[in-house]
Amino acid sequence: MSTADVLVIGGGLHGLSSALHLARDGADVTVLEGEFVGRHASGASAAGVRTLGRDPREMPLALRSMEMWHQIGDLVSDDCGFHAHGQLRVFETEAQIAAETRRIAELEAHGHTNEQIIGQDTLRQLVPGINPKFIGAAYADRDGAADPHRTLVAFRAAAERAGVRIVEGAPVCRLSEQRGAWRVETAQGAFAAPTVINAAGAWGARVAAMTGESIPLSAKASMMMVTERLTQTIRPVVSIVGRSLSFKQSSQGTLVLGGGIQGRYDLDSGRTAMDFHALARGAAAAEELMPAVKGARIARCWSGIEGKTSDLLPVICPGKAAGIFHIFGFSGHGFQLVPAAGEAMAGMVTTGVVPEIFLPFNAERLTTKGAAA
Amino acid sequence: MKTEHDILIVGAGPAGMAAAVQLADLGFAPLVIDEQAMPGGQIWRASEGPRSDAVRRALGPEYAEGADRVARFRLSGVDYMPGTRLWHIEPGFQVFMSRDETAFSRRYRAVLLATGAQERPVPVPGWTLPGVMTVGAAQILLKTSAQIPEAPVWIAGSGPLPLLYMRQLLALGGQVAGFLDTTPKGQASRVLPHAMAALRGRGDLIKGVKWLRQLRATGLPWLRGVRDVQALGQDRIEAVRYTAADGRVHEQSAQVLLLHEGVVPSIHTTLAMNCEHDWSEAQGCFIPRTDERGMTSVDGLFLAGDGAGIGGALAAEERGRIAALGIAGRLGQDAPAAHLHAAHAGLARRLASRPVIDALYPPSEAQIPDETVICRCEELTAGDIRVAARLHRGGPNQVKAYTRCGMGPCQGRQCGYSVNRILSEEYGQSRAETGFFRIRPPLKPVTLGELAALEEGREAP
Ligand SMILES: Cc1cc2nc3c(=O)[nH]c(=O)nc-3n(C[C@H](O)[C@H](O)[C@H](O)COP(=O)(O)OP(=O)(O)OC[C@H]3O[C@@H](n4cnc5c(N)ncnc54)[C@H](O)[C@@H]3O)c2cc1C
Repeated sequence: MSTADVLVIGGGLHGLSSALHLARDGADVTVLEGEFVGRHASGASAAGVRTLGRDPREMPLALRSMEMWHQIGDLVSDDCGFHAHGQLRVFETEAQIAAETRRIAELEAHGHTNEQIIGQDTLRQLVPGINPKFIGAAYADRDGAADPHRTLVAFRAAAERAGVRIVEGAPVCRLSEQRGAWRVETAQGAFAAPTVINAAGAWGARVAAMTGESIPLSAKASMMMVTERLTQTIRPVVSIVGRSLSFKQSSQGTLVLGGGIQGRYDLDSGRTAMDFHALARGAAAAEELMPAVKGARIARCWSGIEGKTSDLLPVICPGKAAGIFHIFGFSGHGFQLVPAAGEAMAGMVTTGVVPEIFLPFNAERLTTKGAAA
Repeated sequence: MKTEHDILIVGAGPAGMAAAVQLADLGFAPLVIDEQAMPGGQIWRASEGPRSDAVRRALGPEYAEGADRVARFRLSGVDYMPGTRLWHIEPGFQVFMSRDETAFSRRYRAVLLATGAQERPVPVPGWTLPGVMTVGAAQILLKTSAQIPEAPVWIAGSGPLPLLYMRQLLALGGQVAGFLDTTPKGQASRVLPHAMAALRGRGDLIKGVKWLRQLRATGLPWLRGVRDVQALGQDRIEAVRYTAADGRVHEQSAQVLLLHEGVVPSIHTTLAMNCEHDWSEAQGCFIPRTDERGMTSVDGLFLAGDGAGIGGALAAEERGRIAALGIAGRLGQDAPAAHLHAAHAGLARRLASRPVIDALYPPSEAQIPDETVICRCEELTAGDIRVAARLHRGGPNQVKAYTRCGMGPCQGRQCGYSVNRILSEEYGQSRAETGFFRIRPPLKPVTLGELAALEEGREAP
């Protein structure tokens, strides 16, 4: 049996980031990944690095992450394909301007200055070819997007350089506690450590159940589509108020379209299936945003399974059983949080103290008042 | 035309047409779709097209047979929608198609994939240069518009198709600069007659011998035992370089180079449907697993023709009939057992010479040089894949994620087998163990506008 100081279950970006930070703090860390690194949400992600429109309870963590994204090379020795070309949420009615203005004023009242309202002229400069019916946007200029695969490669390599051992093809099927140490059984043998981090994404509640803890969690499988390469004209990530669309042009020139339209998934096999009738709405929204893209050919569609909580905030907290820590259920917007969540997780594991930025993410909320919500 | 059918047949080649005719005989009314404008498939492409007697003669007797098959298919009265691309199937069979730039989806109880084969990509140095293409692509031009290259053509590779193409090309007044025959030496002459038979799937060897003799009599420069073929040039091909059987390297000026190393089943649809596939050592490719009625491991999804294993047109027809009987049975109308026996006996006859042909034209196992591009969409070389394979041990899907290889519009149709081979070599494991890319829809490109207009149950124009 292999032993370590910390075992991380799940080789998605959150598992890797926690492992990286802990190893930098001197811990002996092993990551146990059921399939391969990045197989699920992290490898399927649109990789938007967004503070725009975030739930205020996530803002402190998101802002710390944003600082780290702007220096991401310092953390993982690669820029992860991150470009801060901004994120925009466009609107078309006066009523929407009013609502967005109120929302941003409220943010400012809490001291957050990451968003501003822009008018049509600026919008047209930022998004050439945009449908003239859109009259303005909420704009976060320090936001942007990264390349998900490059980010995975960078976090993995940085973790390995810091001494993290990564075991792939090792689904965890049982956890048991013996004299202050957790014994973790996988398809590749047993591992033991006093501390276990549950970063199992959509399967986080299943892993929690192995420790005897029940945490309500459902899942989602947002669909994405990517087109052939087009001439590069659009830099920021664009979404439409009240619609399921996120629209960006990658540095390869392809259009990468998402926005949370749901496909089908099966947690047991880990497989997803597309729902093209639903995805048609996303294509229609893209065409409405930018009429010229109508003829762009879709080259590939996919979706990825992600854990989803009832209030769409993640679960990041110590487990009920001693030595267990949870970090999962990012509900479709966890990519941006990767650097800071891992940093704070390492702090929590090392000191045993729950940092303030994690307080909104305790699992308790989902079983008591969350269940009623 | 009806708008509701229980059965969808994808592909109007030998297999799809035979299945349609058989189903019509049994009283069923399937819908047949095909992306081409006319029925006939690859071998009998554009059979209904207008053409002169000279062209007709040049295309040869195997091609002429197609007219009769197409006529019989038309006579069956089966609903047929040309110019229609299948781009996605959802389980339970909601099928997504496009025609005239309009997407629509319909429901079927059974689907028969008769989508045939594709040419095995031949990643040699310089294969992406303009002026280099596949023999199959050149033959499409010849069949659809009697178009032949003006310059003398270099042909490199192995298998029956180059021989047939050269015969057709010469008959139309084209010129062969040289045939660089990469078939391992010593085997070619013994089996060439079989090669002719292979195209049609039956053992009319005498005819084969005759047309081989004619081909030789033309005196075309036929170099046997050639290896290491390369296309050289800046903006387009300027020369071809190769190693002759005696080990000497030659370089000769070239304007057109056609490559061919055999054909492999089209497996993208069955991969996307998560069907079981087996590695065929003999044919050097993955073949979807089917039962004795042509059904894949997915209930209700049937397969016929070269997509079920390369066997030629006449074997494809037998497989089409077998699948038709299978579909009838699955929809509750079992045909007499004798029908199935007869079709199986026919198939066995058509496949009798196949093992010989497979043995004689083994897929090339020469190492792909590091600097050769294997993924044309993302311009990645064999060396890039080797580096990724060493850095992160994993399968084709990891390599795809790390390098973008296979993410382009061709969906891995060009690079899939190269990645499979390189990883198998790197890790010292079997091709079956390495496996293939996971295939994401759409199976054929669809525009955003087409998808946007898609509504539930929308009918074809
Ligand atoms: C299509 C899509 C688009 C997205 N777009 C954005 C975006 O634009 N911006 C943004 O911020 N976020 C986005 N997200 C969300 C973001 O990608 C995720 O929140 C984040 O990647 C979650 O990382 P993770 O490590 O928690 O989960 P995952 O990456 O899913 O990792 C969990 C891992 O645990 C493994 N595992 C599960 N059970 C076991 C077990 N028993 N034993 C061993 N291993 C196990 C799984 O195999 C998996 O690899 C998107 C998500 C999707 C799916």
